[in-house]
Amino acid sequence: MTKKITLKINGAEHTMEVEPRMLLIHAIRENASLTGSHIGCDTSSCGACTVLIDGKSAKSCTILAVQAQGKEIATVEGLATAEGLHPIQEGFHLNHALHCGFCTPGLMMRAVELLEKNPNPTEDEIRWGISGNLCRCTGYNNIVSAIQWTSAKMQGKELPSTEPKFV
Amino acid sequence: MIAENFNYDAPTSLDEAIALLHEYGDDAKILAGGHSLIPMMKLRFASPTHLIDINNIPGLSYVKEEDGYLKIGAMTKEVEVEESEIIHAKYQIFMDATKLIADPQVRNFGTLGGNLAHGDAANDHPAVMIALGADVEITGKDGKRTVGIDDFFQGFYTTAVEHGEVLTEIRIPAASGNYGSAYHKAERKVGDYATAGVAAMIQMDDQGRCTKAGIGLTNVSPLPLRASRSEEVLIGSDLSEAVIAQAAQYASEDCSPSEDLRGNVEYKRHLVSVITKRMINKAISRAKK
Amino acid sequence: MIKCKTSKEIGGMGHSKKRKEDARFIQGKGNYVDDVKLPGMLYMDIVRSPYAYAKIKSIDATAALAIPGVVAVVTGKDLEKYGLHWMPTLMSDTQMVLPTDTVMYQAQEVAAVIATSRYLARDGKEAVMVDYEPMKPVMDPFKALDEDAPVLRSDQEGKTDNHIWHWEVGDKEKTANVFDNADVVVKQQMHIPRIHVASIETCGCVASYDKVTNHLTMYMTTQAPHAIRTVIALVAGHVGLTEEKIRVISPDIGGGFGGKVPVYPGYVIAIAVSFLTGAPIKWIEDRSENLQADSFARDYHITAEMAGTKDGKIQATRFKVLADHGYTDASANPSKFPTGLFSIGTGSYDYGAAYMEADAVYTNKPPGGVAYRCSFRVTEAVHAIERMTDMFAKKVGKDPAQLRMENFIKKEDFPWASPTGWSYDSGDYHAGLQKAMDAIDYHGLRKEQIEMRAEGKFLGIGISTFTEVVGAGPSQDFDILGIKMFDSAEIRVHPTGKAIARFGTKSQGQGHETTYAQIIAEELGIPMEHIQIEEGDTDTAPYGLGTYASRSTPTAGAAAAMAARKLRDKAKKIAAHLLEVSEQDLEWEPGKFFVKGAPEKSKTIQEIVFAAYTNHPEGMEGGFEATHYYDPPNLTFPSGAYICVVEVDAETCDIKVRRFVAIDDCGNIINPMIVQGQVHGGLTQGIAPAMYEELIYDDSGNILNGTFMDYLVPTAVESPSWETGHTVTPAPHHPIGAKGVGESPTVGAPPAIVNAIVDAVAHLGIKHLEIPVTPFKLFKELQNVGYFKKTT
Repeated sequence: MTKKITLKINGAEHTMEVEPRMLLIHAIRENASLTGSHIGCDTSSCGACTVLIDGKSAKSCTILAVQAQGKEIATVEGLATAEGLHPIQEGFHLNHALHCGFCTPGLMMRAVELLEKNPNPTEDEIRWGISGNLCRCTGYNNIVSAIQWTSAKMQGKELPSTEPKFV
Repeated sequence: MIAENFNYDAPTSLDEAIALLHEYGDDAKILAGGHSLIPMMKLRFASPTHLIDINNIPGLSYVKEEDGYLKIGAMTKEVEVEESEIIHAKYQIFMDATKLIADPQVRNFGTLGGNLAHGDAANDHPAVMIALGADVEITGKDGKRTVGIDDFFQGFYTTAVEHGEVLTEIRIPAASGNYGSAYHKAERKVGDYATAGVAAMIQMDDQGRCTKAGIGLTNVSPLPLRASRSEEVLIGSDLSEAVIAQAAQYASEDCSPSEDLRGNVEYKRHLVSVITKRMINKAISRAKK
Repeated sequence: MIKCKTSKEIGGMGHSKKRKEDARFIQGKGNYVDDVKLPGMLYMDIVRSPYAYAKIKSIDATAALAIPGVVAVVTGKDLEKYGLHWMPTLMSDTQMVLPTDTVMYQAQEVAAVIATSRYLARDGKEAVMVDYEPMKPVMDPFKALDEDAPVLRSDQEGKTDNHIWHWEVGDKEKTANVFDNADVVVKQQMHIPRIHVASIETCGCVASYDKVTNHLTMYMTTQAPHAIRTVIALVAGHVGLTEEKIRVISPDIGGGFGGKVPVYPGYVIAIAVSFLTGAPIKWIEDRSENLQADSFARDYHITAEMAGTKDGKIQATRFKVLADHGYTDASANPSKFPTGLFSIGTGSYDYGAAYMEADAVYTNKPPGGVAYRCSFRVTEAVHAIERMTDMFAKKVGKDPAQLRMENFIKKEDFPWASPTGWSYDSGDYHAGLQKAMDAIDYHGLRKEQIEMRAEGKFLGIGISTFTEVVGAGPSQDFDILGIKMFDSAEIRVHPTGKAIARFGTKSQGQGHETTYAQIIAEELGIPMEHIQIEEGDTDTAPYGLGTYASRSTPTAGAAAAMAARKLRDKAKKIAAHLLEVSEQDLEWEPGKFFVKGAPEKSKTIQEIVFAAYTNHPEGMEGGFEATHYYDPPNLTFPSGAYICVVEVDAETCDIKVRRFVAIDDCGNIINPMIVQGQVHGGLTQGIAPAMYEELIYDDSGNILNGTFMDYLVPTAVESPSWETGHTVTPAPHHPIGAKGVGESPTVGAPPAIVNAIVDAVAHLGIKHLEIPVTPFKLFKELQNVGYFKKTT
């Protein structure tokens, strides 16, 4: 009944024996012990489990681990490199785009793909672009700002201020 | 939420997939994008004993114009439709529709073929395909056959795809002349199923007379619905405000929505009327460009 | 601009310091309860009732136990042997842990399955066969009081009806008198619907009982670890789990919002199973269980009345509430306040007569009544007063902003005694509303509204000018199960001048690791970067009642300042000793004491601390530590002025928030960036019940929207771009003049939004709309006033 699969997560190979029904999110969290990606719902609604599969943002609670055999999987744990944080991580931190942090990894992984495809998104494109990720804490304003900041940073443009703006 | 156990196969050819479907019988299900099926399995509303994953079969994913058709491979992801140049240039209805389907992550994996083959009147592509007059190519043990979209949807979660067959291609008569199309659905929040949705396609001659029209409705009938009387009143008309109003009126009368959390029958008919009017106008303005 | 007393390096109050806690969250190194993995851990899943009200005829676990890996199936009968099948609620009501004979709401826990993996536990759950005899449930709280209604809580001796309690406040006669003689009276029945906190992390725990040491370690998603430890000891003390043997660890929490205050049956079952087996037991809810069984919030049916003069002076209000508590009163209020702080409902207005009463009833719905991002029923109260203020303005033909300005309590009239017994500490309501009106161009919008109406388009402008009451609370009135609601801070400064501080509260995203450090930095001049904050471990942190009801800054924040001041007093003594001057000759500036008139003679706080370990004055206790338990003299009264602009599609009834300006006054601001973040988040949790969220049940007791597919949590698309600002009116009695802010936006936003939507269609004859105002609901109301034709 079980299948032997090898998942390549953040460049490292994890070989495991899984039932076909095992969800990718469980394989990542339990078998590969990478607990940065989370589970927030049962219905592909919240996006807390978002990882990249071959560069595409994916809800790993709705994909079977066996389906990811041989694919390149990227999770929040793989964002930072020896050189430092990924710009999206800096962007979230500097713009106060997280409170409890539970939805944050999924949102950052989604944002990475969004910026990859659309390096210069408008506010509206960002809001629609992260509409598969629920955040209950931040009200989204600062997540939008964080993605805009990251967009500037990744293109070497002048960085927007990260001080809060008040009316 | 965890599914019941099942066996999993990931064939690399269509023949192999079809053979497996025959071998396993009724308890086998095809896994395409999986974003409808897997949630149902997690909730244990569906418990197939065999899943045949067709994602590893090459050649089922494309968007191209050929032989007077727009051809879309069944395994083409929503996102690939969204990003296709042909779609951007000539078939904006898909831009309207895909933006409103679930969310970007789901659209990275959800397939057009899966959206149709799920046989759910709440999905958005059925109405789009009805408006565009699509044909569906189905492949089985004995080769390919083609079914018109009006014969495709047969019941709740039931389509013309028989057991042992795979939906392989969608063919849409290519846009020509003054051709415009548009889709919108009222939804409670982004990514929701439609409270009511309307797909419209309009083709006009150079005098502005309607030569072809298609109107498809989402989630306001047990099956995806063609608003035939609306189309009839449009075709041959000058597309005046009065004609469009009449078409909208017919659509709202001919659908048969049921009451749920999204709205009651009256509200849904009202939305069908308003959105039909708006989508016809939007299709016309696109046709004029 | 906020003025700061400390340098950016020290980073005391007023600096928008970036958060210290972010580093682990952005790198996937947060430690939430589902990340806890212990050797030999077993998994628990829970069989739940499909019926709202049913007798349990039998539970057959045979098939479940036949599944390899399923270790045990636990029922109420099993727990009964140990007297663990019932538990108290925080409101001194009682709640089943697992039923022995009857289920009282859909999704109620019926049995627990223990297995070696979460997949097998789920398989086991599906295989448990329960035979029910369904009964007709009581779903309508009004009908629950009918004489022929079945008595639901037959477990309570002598119970003859479904009434739980009656509560009232204010002067009934005086108020009636004002109403009888008033020019104008407006009255409205309204429902503040049942909603859910829906934090993105659900609830769960890992209960780990060590049979050798007799110690229980409970990793648990709780906002109040110390209170929970005490409750566990009260429930399970008789089987040997006394308080010193219990360690509650609240790891990183993925959002709480009040939903992680109560003790849910799953926690108790996990503890019981771990206690009996000696194996660590992990229980993590899925989303459906979370929405369907965990404590709801709100669900108040309010009949609200306002009386006043024809020229627009408010004279009296009268609110009558029917509270639907579901199967048991599992609210999380201070014990003496069954309706929480609902009596704040006279709002920001200066009038002298008010009367409020409430009755609570049992129904066959899930239990609860938690303070969802709200200082105990303040949201319900604010909704009533702010809706009534708008209705009254409409009735007397006055602009709602103007009417508010004319009725506000004046800045100079604080402290102000409210007719329901509160002493409002401070406020400047006129300044707040004026600032909001200027920011949004209120008068320009009113002109645009007229122009748009002429074109058949609907624009609405809605105001909410609310007063909150937070920071529970002063110990003479505030306790939970008898435990006084003070909170605590303990500061230890190490010899090299770096510190650790521990608190009885528990952040769920509020940023305590940053803001508490800033408070201590403000008081002691130690850079906030050098101050580590720790919460959530009952073995190490001082006792406190936790984080909810915007109480952390008013209570624990104050405790931090007070503890730091004790240390500063000590520092002064040491500095005098080191500089060989008397204490009176010393002056403080953040980070050092210096000799008056000779600023070159000084000792930095770091030098002083080092001396506390190496060279302290004779007779002085060594070390540099202080603890403070802060008992607030009064609550704090944050306020806000919110203005919302909506556009309503005249055909589809779609509602779009075009702009929303929120001006908050939370007193002195510790970290403007974090305060703003709190306001943004709270506003989105305000638009949620105003336009999207409600838990809906049918007459048979079935929940109709128990997943995120139908329980409509707003995304970035529904949530508008919020515009925020502040006025600063310090709390005069609070050590740092702060008032608390986390909940103001959730409380203040819904009436602003609804007032705006009503305003958009008021010219068509709409006077009131019930929340959530959906396009569908608006369509029906517009049918009722004849704007849309009725076709059936």
